[in-house]
Amino acid sequence: MITTLLYSMTGLILFAMGLFTLIIHSHPLRKILAVNVMSTGVFLILVAAAYKPLGLGKIDPVPHAMVLTGIVVSVSVTALALLLACRVQETSNLDLLERRKQEARPKESNQ
Amino acid sequence: MDAIVIYSILTLFDITLVLTMLWLAWYLLSTEDIFKAVVLFISFGLLMALAWVRMRAPDVALAEAALGAGLTGPLFLSALRRMNRTRKGERRLDSNENRGKDHNTEQEQA
Amino acid sequence: MRTEEKIITRSRNRHKRLDAFQRILLLLVICLTTLLGSIIWTMPENPPGLADAVALMQEHSGVKSPVTAVLLNFRGYDTLLEVMVLLLAVIGAWSLAKAHFPQQEREANPVQMGVVRLLVPLMFLVAAYLVWQGSHLAGGAFQGGAILGAAGVLMLVTELPCLRAIPAHPLRIGLVLGPLIFVGVALFCLFLTGDLLGYPEETAGWLILLIEAGCAISIGLTLASLFAGGHPEDERPKNQEQAKGPCKGERP
Repeated sequence: MITTLLYSMTGLILFAMGLFTLIIHSHPLRKILAVNVMSTGVFLILVAAAYKPLGLGKIDPVPHAMVLTGIVVSVSVTALALLLACRVQETSNLDLLERRKQEARPKESNQ
Repeated sequence: MDAIVIYSILTLFDITLVLTMLWLAWYLLSTEDIFKAVVLFISFGLLMALAWVRMRAPDVALAEAALGAGLTGPLFLSALRRMNRTRKGERRLDSNENRGKDHNTEQEQA
Repeated sequence: MRTEEKIITRSRNRHKRLDAFQRILLLLVICLTTLLGSIIWTMPENPPGLADAVALMQEHSGVKSPVTAVLLNFRGYDTLLEVMVLLLAVIGAWSLAKAHFPQQEREANPVQMGVVRLLVPLMFLVAAYLVWQGSHLAGGAFQGGAILGAAGVLMLVTELPCLRAIPAHPLRIGLVLGPLIFVGVALFCLFLTGDLLGYPEETAGWLILLIEAGCAISIGLTLASLFAGGHPEDERPKNQEQAKGPCKGERP
């Protein structure tokens, strides 16, 4: 029981830290890392709820299967999000670039 | 007697693991350097695999060790490298969080 | 523009002190955490789980490992949809960009080549073992597929020259192989027993192993393609396909 509580609380704190970071940081990679930490926290709570000490009954395999599914999906979602972030960065800073060229360094030409 | 010894060792292990995980998560979420954050995330994934084993979920531990640590890390590193490459071409202007310039060489070697 | 700069300054000064917005946010997050924590605190001592139900039906599932039984027999529908999600992720990635690996022909690093030569066959072996082991111990399609994907990533990082010569179609077929087998078995069971994914009891183990093998291949290719980060180039006669299908080409 204490083990379950300990790991559940850890998962909860991980979730909260991830949520806070997700909102206050502006860098896309940091946001994706934060989402990953959040999902890890949720998985930890799920698995901890199914935990039983050795010799005190069977472990519920259904949360394990759900977490397994969730891990694989979260990896593929992370990959897609990273690709989107790269794509956004490659395509959407052009207006910033134009502005910067006009304001600060008009001599600089690139691409 | 034996049971008590085993129980206290396990509890000690639990507390150490949990504190390390929380510290790593806090550090990786708050450090200024994205490259450092990604590397810390990989080690965080490995510790999570340990936690899954402790929770008697070996299936999840195997998947986490292979996916969380083995695949997410390279995904992040390649995205970081791609972003840095974009920035080197003077298209990335609002990068304040990663002082990536001194890390470009490291990532390209990695 | 103003807001963007504000955000930048804010996160730059993050370590010095939090501004009003961040303080309110911190307060809200702490409130949420406290509420959720109280819910966890008051959870029942022995929550009613499905462990007994799973154990009861275990011998009819065709496999000995309870997690595999849940994944591919009792809740097979979930797993089917999850494999579809992976396929959708690849389609999404392919619609975004081309594979972004360097185009120039480059000699592979001999150290890396040696590592690949040693590790990749071993990884294939471990993946096959994990898929087979899934029927009675920890393991299964996802773990095996993850190892295959890691092998693919290793080969992509090394930029093996032979990866450039792989045509596009085997990759596409490999990506849909797992979902196709899964759907095929599901329909087969629908005709045979009247239930979608309701395996006949005596062949359940073999059908599950078949699905797992197909899904492991597809998951490995999916993860490697996601790492390659874009669709392969079909049209161009040279320098093509270097960033895809590594597992397919190398698989014995």
